[in-house]
Amino acid sequence: MGIKEIRIAGFGGQGVVLSGQIVGQAASIYDDGFSTLTQNYGPEARGGSCTTEVVISDEPIGYPYVQNPGVLIILSQEAYDKYRNGLSSEALMIIDPDMVKPDPSQTPAPLAIPATRMARELGRVVVANIITLGFLVAVSDIVSPEALKNSVLTSVPKGTEEFNAKAFETGYSYGLEQGKRSEVPDG
Amino acid sequence: MSENGVLCGTFFMNGDVACAEGAISAGCRFFAGYPITPATEVAERMSERLPYVGGVYVQMEDEIASMNAVLGASWTGRKAMTATSGPGFSLMMENLGLGVMLETPCVLANVQRAGPSTGLPTLVGQGDMMQARWGSHGSYEIIALVPSSPQEMFDLTITAFNLSERYRVPVLMMSDEAVGHMSEKVVIPQIAPEELVNRRRPHGGQEQYLPYKPDEDLIPPMAIVGEGYRFHVTGLTHDERGYPAMTAEAQDQLVRRLADKIRLNKKDIIRYEEVEVEDAEVIVCAYGISARIARLAVRQARAEGMRAGLLQLITVWPFAEDRIRELAQQVKAFVVPEINYGQIVLEVERCAAGKANTLLVAHMGGSVHDPQTILQAIKEAVR
Repeated sequence: MGIKEIRIAGFGGQGVVLSGQIVGQAASIYDDGFSTLTQNYGPEARGGSCTTEVVISDEPIGYPYVQNPGVLIILSQEAYDKYRNGLSSEALMIIDPDMVKPDPSQTPAPLAIPATRMARELGRVVVANIITLGFLVAVSDIVSPEALKNSVLTSVPKGTEEFNAKAFETGYSYGLEQGKRSEVPDG
Repeated sequence: MSENGVLCGTFFMNGDVACAEGAISAGCRFFAGYPITPATEVAERMSERLPYVGGVYVQMEDEIASMNAVLGASWTGRKAMTATSGPGFSLMMENLGLGVMLETPCVLANVQRAGPSTGLPTLVGQGDMMQARWGSHGSYEIIALVPSSPQEMFDLTITAFNLSERYRVPVLMMSDEAVGHMSEKVVIPQIAPEELVNRRRPHGGQEQYLPYKPDEDLIPPMAIVGEGYRFHVTGLTHDERGYPAMTAEAQDQLVRRLADKIRLNKKDIIRYEEVEVEDAEVIVCAYGISARIARLAVRQARAEGMRAGLLQLITVWPFAEDRIRELAQQVKAFVVPEINYGQIVLEVERCAAGKANTLLVAHMGGSVHDPQTILQAIKEAVR
């Protein structure tokens, strides 16, 4: 296995950094590999742009930053406009279609999961990021679904595990329906 | 977690949190601080964790008071620390000097952001490296360590406490935002008591004890305030009793000893890592996050057939001058990438002393170097 790189971008308050931490922990602890998470945010606690990146490898990681992301989760139009260019043709982009209106000419077209809407229907909008992560491991092999689920359950507040597990399964099932895409390319 | 509340196991955590856990594993039981990005997570973690290990966390009114409280706690026998970033580091400088003068073991973590002044609060910088060396007034020596990963944040915080207790001097952890906010796997072992250094205790009777009378290694044993030994501290130049002594002779004796106890032991203190330096004709000398970027540039240079190596500084103060002097005999040039406009490069240049060229690769902060700019400098240097 080479290096796998994921970038998650949106605005503060969407659980961007927590999502990255869940993916990074899944890779480092539950898949027993190595991962490095870096983050970038402005002075605002909420509403400002926010990006987190995770590099995953089966060896200790030297250079800690994403150079050629294989997967992107894009949760705001601003992030889409910033990161859509310069991607490799194999890069897999996941968007929330209620947050991002993609350029119709983009190929391959991004995969869409209306996670915010689905979370609202489940009863709590804060689990949108967990739904998206469930979707992520259904459509890519960046980390194993088991590792990710374990990582979700140890990262969320005590007492909310069941609800978050349901959110994870909701996204995972939605992803399987969409059809598993080809493997995440090595970066 | 082990029985005593000290963490043990494998975790995915950020550098700031790892620093706090390193402190707890090292035996730190007092933290006083004032939150500041990007060091806040150190304070947050300490505030959560210290109550579980019998420690005390105090959020102070500012950084001046924080540093003072740390010194006071240390005199009561506690291992104590604080954590801050640029603006707070500036405020701590006066009392850092007091800590040096009173020979007070403690650890000060600076998670550097880009300055000057308020600068870029959430973004990386390495602009406080010379401030770490010279920021307080007067002539003194200090110890400063530079971690480049969350694991090193853990490991080197233990080293920092050990050096601080051994040499009775404040030790600085000169981290940066990139490392502080980066999360990676951190292995936290159970630390055996014999791996931890504790300040030397008085070995004579209470009657004979002089609080600033050094042993042969220039380090005075340290009593705990209130346990019955003579106790007097002053920032004034003092004699072995700790009382003010306003003469050039007393000044000479004290200030020489404060510096010499570090200078004469630099072999024990200085730490660095080398990658492929044996046959190198260009050595990149880097520290902290920049060393990880440099590592990639060195690998690329090797792949292109250049004989490049990396000298990663883990202690910047005292400076690894003997090693740089040696390497200067062998290499054409040193390349020094740092996230400032040239600080440690001045030390490298001083030690290279004209035997090898020195190239600064400066970055003003807010992000890290593009590895290509370091590679480009290596190419220029071999030419």
